[in-house]
Amino acid sequence: MNFLIEAFKPACSISIKFSDGKTRKRVPIKRENGQTLLAPLFRNQENIAGKITIEPHQGKRIEHNGVKVELLGQIEMYLDRGNFYDFTSLVRELDVPGDIYERTTYPFEFSMVEMPYETYNGVNVRLRYVLKVTVSRNYGGSIIEYLNFLVHNYSPPPSINTSIKMEVGIEDCLHIEFEYNKSKYHLKDVIIGKIFFFLVKIKIKNMDIEIRRRESTVTGATNHVETETLAKFELMDGAPVRGESIPVRLFLSPYELTPTHRNINNKFSVKYYLNLVLVDEEGLRYFKQQQITIYRLPLQDT
Amino acid sequence: MLNGTEDEEKWLAEGIAGIQHNAFYMHRALDSNNLREALKYSAQMLSELRTSKLSPHKYYELYMRAFDELKRLELFFKDDSKHGVSVVDLYELVQHAGNILPRLYLLCTVGSIYIKSKEAPAKEVLKDLVEMCRGVQHPIRGLFLRSYLAQISRDKLPDIGSEYEGDADTVMDAVDFVLQNFTEMNKLWVRMQHQGPGGVREKREKERSELQDLVGKNLHVLSQIEGVDLEMYKETVLPRVLEQVVNCKDDLAQYYLMDCIIQVFPDEYHLQTLETLLGACPQLQPTVDVKTVLSRLMDRLSNYAASSADVLPEFLQVEAFSKLSNAIGKVIEAQLDMPAVGAITLYVSLLTFTLRVHPDRLDHVDQVLGACVKKLSNIPKLEDSRAMKQVVALLSAPLEKYNDIVTALTLSNYPRVMDHLDIGTNKLMAMVIIQSIMKNNSCISTADKVEVLFKLIKGLIKDIDGADVDELEEEDFKEEQNSVARLIHMLYNDEPEEMLKIICIVRKHTMVGGPKRLPFTVSSLVFSALRLLRQLQGQEGDIVGEEASMTPNKIFQLLTQIIESLSAVPSPELALRLYLQCAEAANGCDIEHVAYEFFTQAFLLYEEEIADSKAQVTAIHLIIGTLQRMNVFGVENRDTLTHKATGYSARLLKKADQCRAVYACSHLFWVDDQDGIKDGERVLLCLKRALRIANAAQQMANVARGSGGPVSLFVEILNKYIYFFEKGNKQITSSAIQGLIELINTEMQSDSTNPDSVADAFLASTLRYIQFQKQKGGVMGEKFESIKL
Repeated sequence: MNFLIEAFKPACSISIKFSDGKTRKRVPIKRENGQTLLAPLFRNQENIAGKITIEPHQGKRIEHNGVKVELLGQIEMYLDRGNFYDFTSLVRELDVPGDIYERTTYPFEFSMVEMPYETYNGVNVRLRYVLKVTVSRNYGGSIIEYLNFLVHNYSPPPSINTSIKMEVGIEDCLHIEFEYNKSKYHLKDVIIGKIFFFLVKIKIKNMDIEIRRRESTVTGATNHVETETLAKFELMDGAPVRGESIPVRLFLSPYELTPTHRNINNKFSVKYYLNLVLVDEEGLRYFKQQQITIYRLPLQDT
Repeated sequence: MLNGTEDEEKWLAEGIAGIQHNAFYMHRALDSNNLREALKYSAQMLSELRTSKLSPHKYYELYMRAFDELKRLELFFKDDSKHGVSVVDLYELVQHAGNILPRLYLLCTVGSIYIKSKEAPAKEVLKDLVEMCRGVQHPIRGLFLRSYLAQISRDKLPDIGSEYEGDADTVMDAVDFVLQNFTEMNKLWVRMQHQGPGGVREKREKERSELQDLVGKNLHVLSQIEGVDLEMYKETVLPRVLEQVVNCKDDLAQYYLMDCIIQVFPDEYHLQTLETLLGACPQLQPTVDVKTVLSRLMDRLSNYAASSADVLPEFLQVEAFSKLSNAIGKVIEAQLDMPAVGAITLYVSLLTFTLRVHPDRLDHVDQVLGACVKKLSNIPKLEDSRAMKQVVALLSAPLEKYNDIVTALTLSNYPRVMDHLDIGTNKLMAMVIIQSIMKNNSCISTADKVEVLFKLIKGLIKDIDGADVDELEEEDFKEEQNSVARLIHMLYNDEPEEMLKIICIVRKHTMVGGPKRLPFTVSSLVFSALRLLRQLQGQEGDIVGEEASMTPNKIFQLLTQIIESLSAVPSPELALRLYLQCAEAANGCDIEHVAYEFFTQAFLLYEEEIADSKAQVTAIHLIIGTLQRMNVFGVENRDTLTHKATGYSARLLKKADQCRAVYACSHLFWVDDQDGIKDGERVLLCLKRALRIANAAQQMANVARGSGGPVSLFVEILNKYIYFFEKGNKQITSSAIQGLIELINTEMQSDSTNPDSVADAFLASTLRYIQFQKQKGGVMGEKFESIKL
């Protein structure tokens, strides 16, 4: 039965290597099956160059209609039947139609590639970059190999970064003021703040701060919003009295955050919120949500 | 509710099991140097402390388990070769924990290592820790967390001389940290009262008091900080602690913390900050037991003052007394419902304080007593026995201190305080005063003081309205009155003028004492007056004439009046004795008519009041004895009196008594002085009469009982014969003696005479005496020669 297996095996193996593969930073990405693997990391407008090696199996001859490599930037909407939208598509022809008898290596280069969006893995949407090598054939199907890579884009520290300060309350019941030191945080930042209690008439059991991610996707005419709580961090245990001030210090590094994404290719947005939640003894929740912006500073890739 | 404790036990057991379970995995992680796992399991372990189900007592048990485990964790954290993470990173890493309580316990644990590593100034780390702990607002959990913080930080404060010492303000940093932790803990502790799990108030208070030491420990730590000198204590520490104490408005906390402050900080600090400390007292809640707080403060200060004389100037300098006194006044004013015992206890403490610190300032003592009087006068009747005890303590303190009632007598408020005692206590106190005088042998020497003293002890001097007289034990009454009598002897002044005043005052007071007391006091008073008389005699010449008011006559008049008062009792025997004493005194003063008057009074009493035959015998012998010594009388008066005396002697009821009285009378006619009366004839008459009576007695005995009467009477008469014979009374001859001896011998040998060994012996020794005199030779021997035995 061996020959049957032989028949379905690709006729050749294709490997894609980046020219700076040994030195380039690699970061873990999650795959659909839950495994993580390390993928090389690029930035917008970097040159992406490397070599593609095609090695036929056991001296087989591969007859093809041409070999090409594509660099694709794709947005995949799970709710839209898994359709892909390529927002970037670059092609390099590597070989004219003919036969490959032996191991053949093709260098390739995409220079100054426009990759404005970061790689993103969300609930309903995925944005990915991939190198796609195609050995076109008439029969037996084309032989295709993919290589995922990541793109992170850095922002400089914002020139204006005001604190968030707000008084909220329920009349004659609860009146607090909260303050977070910034409105924009980088991925490894620390949220410093305090909650000041002006009036407390309810029996508070505890107070948490949550980091929530709101992913909204646009599929055709419909708008879909998915909210995830990424962090739940207890700020206070027990009931405070009037005049009490509770410190906030939340390190962002332990959480899997991404930068805020605004209207990516008219397809989706990812926004972050800080949600202050007070829970009373009956389990009732009182909360106030504040949007924050998250950005990526250089050298914050892990 | 019934099985509440059972449930609690179960919950505690579950909590302990949870800790043990996670501690097991934590140990495994520690052994394999797995930081990540160690953090995970330690956080889970500490999550057991998040329970709300346990009472403080049980929670403490749980806490201690976790505490022990944290010590192991700390060792692991400390050794970065094991986990490879710098302490700074570790400090961040533990803050990733999602639950606040485990997070903060871990933070404190790492914080302690952080300080030790000196990679950051201690003050920064401590400040951060104490701030972050605000996140735990649950009273019990917060208290224990902060207690943990206090525990791990106490040896890492940036104190002066500590290895963690920081910049110029380093002590301030240390103080700030402890103060802040203290303040927050106190707030949590107070909040327990309002937020704690439901249940009765007592239970909650009990639970709270179990936790008080957690709060108080901070004050202890403060007092241990080297750098807290007086200046800093005065400017920062005390004001801030007091601010918290006052503002927390919680009686339990206020009481405990005030006491804590007083106990943990040095006395000299208290002294120098007295005003501040005392200023807080009226601001405390009305239910706070301020009196105990103040009492303890004063006790401490008193002890401090007693510890060394060097510190006394300090007390003066800060005017400790007036400050304390003011504070007490304010507290009493502010706390209207304070029971009397409370107020008085305060005054006792203040008094003890001033006695120790300013023994020379009697005005202070009086001031305290005055304040007490003022307080007491607002209370209609003091019925609380504890309050009474305190008043006694208040009154006894000056006596004990000065060992001298004279000092106490200068305190104008002293008697006013005594007025507020109930009758029994008043007497008790009066006894204490008298005993104090006796013990110290104090002499009270001015009329004014005597006046005051008698006001003090008036409970003993007269019946007080409403007193139940029957209630009093006879024994006690005697004891009391004897004490008063003794007291009268302690009143003495060398100046007759003053002494007379004293006597008049004592008289004034004792005269109202009523028939039961007079017999005790009058004799003391009489002898006191007699002493004055002698005193006067001693100074005679310089005073008499010049001081017309001070003649012996006056004193005798006074004495008469005093003794007359006994007629109300009546106590004729005593009065008679006293009259005789006075008569003797008049004799000494050479005032015949007065002496005569006294004898008259004595005889009148004898005739009219003394009916009992035994009493008559005693009285007549007293009269005879006294009369015998009188030399002031002229012939006429003397004759009258001796005649009376012999007459009464012969009219006694029993023959034997008659006989003895009559032969005693013989001495009235023979005074063995240089120019005394020597009327041998009448002596002989008396003796013969005595013999006749003795004979009659003998015969009466024979008739009545068929046996002889007492031979001893004859022997006694024989002895009188011999006495006068020796003294040279010519009327007494040797033959008379001879005859008497024979008579006695005859009587003795008579069948009807009962052998009487006493009489035999008496006779034998009398004869032996005669024999002895005979053998002595000389004049006496010749005299006795003629007596044949």
